[in-house]
Amino acid sequence: MLEVANLEVVYNEVILVLRGLSIEVPEGDIVALLGSNGAGKTTTSRAITGLLDVHDGAATKGTVTWKGRDISKDKPSAIVNNGISQVMEGRRIFAELTIDENLATGAFTNRANEKKNYDRIMALFPVLLERHDQTAGYLSGGEQQMLAIGRAMMAEPELLILDEPSLGLAPLLVQQVRDVILEINAEGTSVLLIEQNAAMALSIANTGYIMETGKIVMDGDAEKLRNDEDVQEFYLGLHTDESGERKSFRDVKHYKRRKRWLS
Amino acid sequence: MEDLLLLAQASASTTFIQTLIKALALGSVYIMMGLGFVIIFKGTQVLNFAASALSMAGAMFMSILIADGGIPFLPFDNPLAPGDGETAGIPLWLLTIAITMVLAALFGLVIERLAIRPMIGQPLFAMAVITLGVEIAIRPFNIDATALEGRSLGVPWGAESWSLGDALVPKSYVAAIIMALIAGAIVIVFYRSRFGVAMRAVAFDQEAAMAQGINVARVFQIAWALGVALAALAGIAYGMAPFPPGGSVSQEIHPVLAFRVLPVIVLGGLDSVLGVLFGGFAIALAEVFAGQYLSQYGSTLGPGYSTIVPYVVMLIVLVVRPFGLFGTPEIRRV
Repeated sequence: MLEVANLEVVYNEVILVLRGLSIEVPEGDIVALLGSNGAGKTTTSRAITGLLDVHDGAATKGTVTWKGRDISKDKPSAIVNNGISQVMEGRRIFAELTIDENLATGAFTNRANEKKNYDRIMALFPVLLERHDQTAGYLSGGEQQMLAIGRAMMAEPELLILDEPSLGLAPLLVQQVRDVILEINAEGTSVLLIEQNAAMALSIANTGYIMETGKIVMDGDAEKLRNDEDVQEFYLGLHTDESGERKSFRDVKHYKRRKRWLS
Repeated sequence: MEDLLLLAQASASTTFIQTLIKALALGSVYIMMGLGFVIIFKGTQVLNFAASALSMAGAMFMSILIADGGIPFLPFDNPLAPGDGETAGIPLWLLTIAITMVLAALFGLVIERLAIRPMIGQPLFAMAVITLGVEIAIRPFNIDATALEGRSLGVPWGAESWSLGDALVPKSYVAAIIMALIAGAIVIVFYRSRFGVAMRAVAFDQEAAMAQGINVARVFQIAWALGVALAALAGIAYGMAPFPPGGSVSQEIHPVLAFRVLPVIVLGGLDSVLGVLFGGFAIALAEVFAGQYLSQYGSTLGPGYSTIVPYVVMLIVLVVRPFGLFGTPEIRRV
């Protein structure tokens, strides 16, 4: 449904952040995009949702195709209108607005079903209903994350992009976020889950991509990635080495860093 | 002797009532102007330095519509203008205000498109300076048009007053208060509406607002249209007699209106509608009452001291609460 092909993104006309990135999100799937700091995960989500402009970035090559149409030049509002919503990194809720008003901003492009979606989201997050007319800035971190997800869901997206929803949350809350993502997916929304928390992401994803310095270095079924030695070593933090010594980075990380044209 | 004392008492209460009405009316003008400021600041984070010129231009639109026989650049006669020596009836006058506000809003859209939109993404300071440029660009037209004499606003009731006991209550003062209350109510309703919420979201976090699908350019447009329309309304109200010099758009008072409103929005907080409603009345009360009751010290305080009072209040507020009485302090969780 969403296809990103050979995307190259440059910030300030000099800083090359994405170097030919290709990913694909099939309809109804959860796709995990993993990578460490600075790999370009957030840039990817910006490129898909049209927010590169704000950061003085531009897609210089490649395409972002949504339902067969190139959307890489579209405005953010048009993209949301076409069914792609995102939960931004760091939640970015409107702290000065009430919870209801925050949700109302999410319904800006989809006013017809506002009431229905509101009820659905309040059923999903009862904690928000309790405090629905309070200032959003006073919610706890976990509640703010729920609000951010709810806000994005108000647009009734077909594809939901979540940028590090587990950021700064306690393990129990990460579990909760995970359950919410599963529930949203079960209701028919495709999910692109951008994460550093590989264990969580791979536990619910159908497929996964691992990116490093602006391109995909590994991809495949979540199952396959979970069992991959390198992924276990570097992303899941599982040691398989009997000697217990720290391995040299150079010895282990041998998978190819080739540019991928098809996958 | 006793009679004289009675008279003095009566005139004291009369003076008080007249002063109070005057203060409320002036406060109403401040409120309308301040609301224009706040809408634009809330929507675009820019302090609109062009407010004075825009407000005067708006009043000028009104004057052209209501008092001129023809319309500039258009071949046909002005259908709204009354005949020579007549003034418009109240319904027609109100209709003209509505048309003027629409024109002012369109003017705001043009300014937004030409001067503000190209600056999106640039530092806010640059945008604020651009508005200063707009002020300077519009002002000569205003000054030229009013160079010889003030332009009539065709106020139907002129300088008439009602009498309340011994006190005289000018009709224009009451009209100004009503206009401000209506404008305030409309703005508060707008704030709670879909676009109002969108505007506040944009003000808080532009990128996050864009990510929700809010059209930021549209929000800018609405902010400017509404802001300029409100400034025009304030300009019209301020031109009604007996605000000095009265009944006209005049270059004695209109070009500095925004500067007189600055203390109001600083007192209330730049981004707060309630703050403007409160600040407008508070500043006007301080100004008018100081002008009335300290006048016996006029020789010490100097002429025109009452215009300084708002700035003294503003200074004190800035020291105690830098974000104003009702402004949003940054929200923090503890």
